[in-house]
Amino acid sequence: MSKVNKAKAYWKENIKYVLILLFIWFLVSYGAGIVFKDELNQIKIKGFKLGFWFAQQGSLYVFVILIFVYVRLMNKLDKKYGYDE
Amino acid sequence: MMNKGLLIANLDVQTWTYILVGITFALYIGIAIWSRASSTKEFYVAGGGVSPLANGMATAADWMSAASFISMAGIISFAGYDGAVYLMGWTGGYVLLALLLAPYLRKFGKFTVPDFIGDRYYSKTARIVAVFCALIVSFTYVAGQMRGVGIVFSRFLEVDINTGVIIGMLIVLFYAVLGGMKGITYTQVAQYCVLIFAFMVPAIFISIQMTGNPIPQLGFGSQLSDGSGTFLLDKLDGLSTELGFSEYTEGSKSTVDMFAITLALMVGTAGLPHVIVRFFTVKRVKDARKSAGIALLLIVILYSTAPAVAVFARTNMIETVSNQPYSDVPQWFKKWETTGLITFTDKNKDGKIQYVADETINELVVDRDIMVLANPEIAKLPNWVIALVAAGGLAAALSTAAGLLLVISASVSHDLIKKVFNPKISEKGELVAARLSAVGAVCVAGYFGIHPPGFVAAVVALAFGLAAASFFPAIILGIFYKKMNKEGAIAGMVVGITAMLLYMMKYRLGWFDAALPSKNEWWFGISPEGFGSIAMMLNFMVSIVVMKFTKPPPEDVQEIVENIRIPSGVNNAINH
Repeated sequence: MSKVNKAKAYWKENIKYVLILLFIWFLVSYGAGIVFKDELNQIKIKGFKLGFWFAQQGSLYVFVILIFVYVRLMNKLDKKYGYDE
Repeated sequence: MMNKGLLIANLDVQTWTYILVGITFALYIGIAIWSRASSTKEFYVAGGGVSPLANGMATAADWMSAASFISMAGIISFAGYDGAVYLMGWTGGYVLLALLLAPYLRKFGKFTVPDFIGDRYYSKTARIVAVFCALIVSFTYVAGQMRGVGIVFSRFLEVDINTGVIIGMLIVLFYAVLGGMKGITYTQVAQYCVLIFAFMVPAIFISIQMTGNPIPQLGFGSQLSDGSGTFLLDKLDGLSTELGFSEYTEGSKSTVDMFAITLALMVGTAGLPHVIVRFFTVKRVKDARKSAGIALLLIVILYSTAPAVAVFARTNMIETVSNQPYSDVPQWFKKWETTGLITFTDKNKDGKIQYVADETINELVVDRDIMVLANPEIAKLPNWVIALVAAGGLAAALSTAAGLLLVISASVSHDLIKKVFNPKISEKGELVAARLSAVGAVCVAGYFGIHPPGFVAAVVALAFGLAAASFFPAIILGIFYKKMNKEGAIAGMVVGITAMLLYMMKYRLGWFDAALPSKNEWWFGISPEGFGSIAMMLNFMVSIVVMKFTKPPPEDVQEIVENIRIPSGVNNAINH
């Protein structure tokens, strides 16, 4: 692979990861925490209504997981393309 | 031995506060002396060799301000579900930072955000616009921090607020001026430890008291430990509706406004210069990604506890005061009354406290900041825990103030003096200029802390809107859209920040009308706090439209963009 093509392929895979992770980011916070909150509030786990829980707890945990997943994916991708150092 | 033990147990809150605040301040000063900066690179980016863990801790302390530590749980306890905008907004931004900004800005590898804007958009004008935006955002933010320092001092050490502000100024001055980013980074690491300990200890105590569960995040979803089998949240929902408030877990903001505010806070977080600049301090691109993750993890420890504290404090407060005779109120109530943060007016002269939603018969006004500051007293925790909260509040306020002051001083000495007015300035000269601008910035911040302009409190939350409206689109387009040119970026930033400022002046400060316009006049029902997301979209649109009609950026700039997308070779990038 030429240098330019390699960089392009790397960038394309990176963008794919970013889009998938941001989709999840959007889904838990704006989806579960805001737009579908009332529907989810019908479900109750212990003392928490589910929509309320996503808005004040769940999305925060998912955010942390998303970043660490991204770190892992990108470290692997860097290795695959020989960009790691 | 026996006597000594008794003595420690009997120390009063004020003595404890002097001891704990004294120890932590000595620690900060010691670190500052140990880590003074000797070059501009050390002053601006701590030499660029900070470990991801240290940078994550420093970012977390930098990020969590007096507002996060003192005010947030209180705001949530009065807003209920609606408080989620702050929880999601101020954490979700880190996902954007880690995925869209931090790695690329680290690869680019300069000192400041205006550095990136100026180089990427090959234009002094773009740089100056960026400096201007950075200064507006940072000054609105820092004034609130100095005020926070003053409040904590005056409440816990019983000195005058102004004396408190001046003590705070001297401390920050000492380590920011001496140590620059290097000193700030390592003091922030210490400050993170202090503030998280100070926040968690009372939260855990209270969680055990109320629910028997030592983990506050689980505690507020558990049953009360009084044996009734009622869930805490159900109880609070019941108490709230009884007093005429909306149900705690339901909230009252419209969905569109919730959406807009959350987005503005997230994007604003990702666009705040004092947060972004922290990612210039690590060694490699992969360290930048990792330290964003660590920072968020450390932030979420506090942010996931805050809503639990909010529920504990609100339930406790309602149960302690609602419909109780005023003559029987506990001591903390009287103590906070003298500060003016609690006011009671016996409107119907029955000698009891009526705390209800209806303004006409409500007799009790409680400042939201009390929820964290007085929480340990309300829950009857030992004196050292109460003093710990003071030390934590100070750590939170000082660490954020220092980070902001560094952005301000770097904007002046590096972006204005070195890059615009006097490019021939020597390394030594620039370092002196950086230190002098830090001194100047501390003085201005202190002035605002002592004489807060009436609008500061309202404006601090809007600093996010301003950052969202100006930097975020310019940086994102700079990385992800190779063809974006200087005309587009400058027009976008100017239009974005102007729109945000005007909306804020009209709908939050009421400067253009005789009276503050009502909620019904808000565009699309979006509050000034949420308008940052609209202004951001406006910025994106203007940038792209203007770009279509102007010259594409030169080849070498497009090459810079291609280069920052590849994570390896950071050191070559620095030595450009």
